[in-house]
Amino acid sequence: MQLLEIKDLEVFYGKIQALRGISVSVNSGEIVSLIGANGAGKTTTLKTISGLRKVHSGSITFKGEDITNMVGHKRVHLGLCQAPEGRGVFPGMTVVENLEMGAYSRKKSESGKVKEDFDRVFDLFPRLNERRKQIAGTMSGGEQQMLAIGRALMSSPELLLLDEPSMGLAPMLVSQIFDIIQEINRQGTTILVVEQNATKALSISNRAYVLETGSVTRSADAKELLDDDSIRKAYLGE
Amino acid sequence: MHNFLVQVPPSIIDGITTGAIYALMALGYTLVYGVLRLINFAHSEVFMVGTFASLFTLHALGITKTPTGLAIVGVFLIITIAAMAGSSITAVLVERIAYRPLRKRNSSSLANLISAIGVSFFLQEVYALRYGRDLIPFPRILNKTVLFRIGEGEIRLDKVVVVVVALVMMFVLDRFVNGTRLGRGIRAVAQDSSTAVLMGVNIDRIVTLTFLLGGAMAGVAAMLYGMFYEVTQYNIGFVIGIKGFTAAVLGGIGNIRGALLGGFVLGLVETFGGAIFHAQWVDVVSFSVLVLVLLFRPTGILGESLQRAKA
Repeated sequence: MQLLEIKDLEVFYGKIQALRGISVSVNSGEIVSLIGANGAGKTTTLKTISGLRKVHSGSITFKGEDITNMVGHKRVHLGLCQAPEGRGVFPGMTVVENLEMGAYSRKKSESGKVKEDFDRVFDLFPRLNERRKQIAGTMSGGEQQMLAIGRALMSSPELLLLDEPSMGLAPMLVSQIFDIIQEINRQGTTILVVEQNATKALSISNRAYVLETGSVTRSADAKELLDDDSIRKAYLGE
Repeated sequence: MHNFLVQVPPSIIDGITTGAIYALMALGYTLVYGVLRLINFAHSEVFMVGTFASLFTLHALGITKTPTGLAIVGVFLIITIAAMAGSSITAVLVERIAYRPLRKRNSSSLANLISAIGVSFFLQEVYALRYGRDLIPFPRILNKTVLFRIGEGEIRLDKVVVVVVALVMMFVLDRFVNGTRLGRGIRAVAQDSSTAVLMGVNIDRIVTLTFLLGGAMAGVAAMLYGMFYEVTQYNIGFVIGIKGFTAAVLGGIGNIRGALLGGFVLGLVETFGGAIFHAQWVDVVSFSVLVLVLLFRPTGILGESLQRAKA
């Protein structure tokens, strides 16, 4: 079943065109990755899906509903949540407060389920459990990344958007984060991940799209791309 | 020197009293700045409307003489609610009419400033045309009973009320911002507004709430001011507004606890300045503080925590 469908999406920053009519779709239960070089439009795509960028033309459909012009905060209520690029945590809040912000969109009546989600997040990231009271801004890059992902999970999303989860992390930590992303997917959350670390992203994805200067140049099964010589040369550093 | 020592206790008492009112005003500036990075220069008129709201309520209640017994408490509650309502409604309307349309168009902060000045003049002139340009007296609602003395300093009932009410309001606000879901929403928008949207925070609603809270604090300040100084005027907010702004800058704009600290520090600096030079120099002293802070420590006493938190 198609969960998210982007059709011919065009986005501008002032007069500069960032997205030149890209089409991407994500089915329920999948992990889909967007790979490409810096400035290819990966982050812009995610921001536009979340409603932080205005759409010039094209459409975004989520769960069959047209959300192209829906305000950003309402999209979270529909079941779409993003862990933003880099240190996207609230720096002045504690770990627990950040996670509570993740559950901001949930109703009071769900408080029992929210509690379960707290346990689930602490289960996935034992590190966060140890640091409940720590101010997020004082944590390491890896811990902040875990917090950003955990916080997004607190909204109990159907579709989780991850923007460069491996950015600035040591290789060991990168593997750990990707293992957790797979685990989250196994627990039933569909994932759209944007990555420069293409090898890692492709190794856990079902399908992938290659972005170049605002256009999709390839889309295929992740395995196929991993075995493709031209992709290996361009994005896998071989 | 002896003369100065004698003035220490009264200066401390008066400094804390006026400081409490400045601190309440400073909260309004700092809350709005935290969320929108905008100085709401119309906040002085939000205060002015609050003084009129409590005065009109006193008139409506037919209070001409000082009430006694339990009636005092009732009168206090009613005029406090009236002043808070008047001020917060004004603050929310100012945001809707003067700031939001500019924000939706991504206007420069200069445009917001001009808009604020325009709203300020508009409100002042409306009140001047309607109620004249002279000082308007308040009926006395609380006897200025001296409870006890410390040297030359008089601990008076009305001063105690000002400080206690202000402290209670500050505590309530602090608990709200740090301990509730909506309070967390305010802090989230202040720390990173686009990430707040990703968490499902309705920015417009948080902005309205921020103006509402800042207005409510100004309303309490206005009620206390009316009770303490027993006058109001169409431009009563001007000086107190700049004092509140100075207190916010002094404490570190955008920082709630900084605003409280800044208010009390400014109140004390002022009264001691007045004691050393002359009472007429009070405003010179406080605005010198503003200039010095802006020159040498523009982040204020606690202000850096905001920047540090962002790094």
